[in-house]
Amino acid sequence: MAQNMTADAAHAHDEHHESPVVFGFWLYLMTDCIIFGTLFAVFAVLRDQFAGGPTGHEVFELSGVGIETAILLFSSITYGFGMIAAHENKVSTMRTWLGVTFLLGLGFLFMEIREFSHMIAEGNGPDRSAFLSAFFTLVGTHGLHVTCGLLWMAVLLFQTAGKTELNERMIGKLTCLSLFWHFLDIVWICVFTFVYLMGVL
Amino acid sequence: MADHISSSGEGHGSVGSYATGFVLAVILTVASFGLVMSHAMSPSATGGAIALLAVVQIVVHLIYFLHMNGSSEQRWNVMAFTFTVLSVLVLVGGTMFIMHDTSINMMSR
Repeated sequence: MAQNMTADAAHAHDEHHESPVVFGFWLYLMTDCIIFGTLFAVFAVLRDQFAGGPTGHEVFELSGVGIETAILLFSSITYGFGMIAAHENKVSTMRTWLGVTFLLGLGFLFMEIREFSHMIAEGNGPDRSAFLSAFFTLVGTHGLHVTCGLLWMAVLLFQTAGKTELNERMIGKLTCLSLFWHFLDIVWICVFTFVYLMGVL
Repeated sequence: MADHISSSGEGHGSVGSYATGFVLAVILTVASFGLVMSHAMSPSATGGAIALLAVVQIVVHLIYFLHMNGSSEQRWNVMAFTFTVLSVLVLVGGTMFIMHDTSINMMSR
């Protein structure tokens, strides 16, 4: 059995040029999944502990959330187009799509920071109630991940500057970031559904 | 060679598959926001409906953006993912169950 699996794995490796780095990164994403699962559990428990403070109705603006969602969704598909270009070894096309994705990510981050600072300025910061503590921790962690993704994207843009073709290693890096970016979009689906939309029901 | 690479493993898709995933994702997202903003159903029914839409959208993203499938090179990815989903369900479900029970017995709400 074990031998069979090893043979299979070796075979798959031979045939598909699959990097173990990508699988390792996938495992990291799974642990990240647990982090977000924990934060969602915390939010689920504290979501109606308002301590006399504002409820979701009063602090959430759905139009802003809708725009943030659209931005992230667009950035997912632009990164996807970037990956297609990367596999065809079209470096400048790939860099253009990556640049577009970077700007969209920056736009998302800008909107989130504006939303947070607006809430804090109105006295509805994370110290107001357990509901808001859980909200800022959960959504802030997602925002922090997006920030890391953007830094990573900037590094890859820098590393591929002036290159005419991409080696296996660079493709691996781009693949890892693509998994990270699409994963963040999946987390955002849960955020806008379970935090924002259910918060205003 | 290039063809070979683009038909394998993680992170590969075509313009068509990305576009399909994108259109499905937009439809599901708009449906969620529409249900909540239109107040077409009772709050509890809306909650159930958007939770279901979210699960469907996650599956769409997994298939079209993260390229998960049943092929042999994806076996370990899918296995790790399944285990993680199970862990998260136990974590979230167990936490909500215990804390709900506690708050009922402590009459804290």
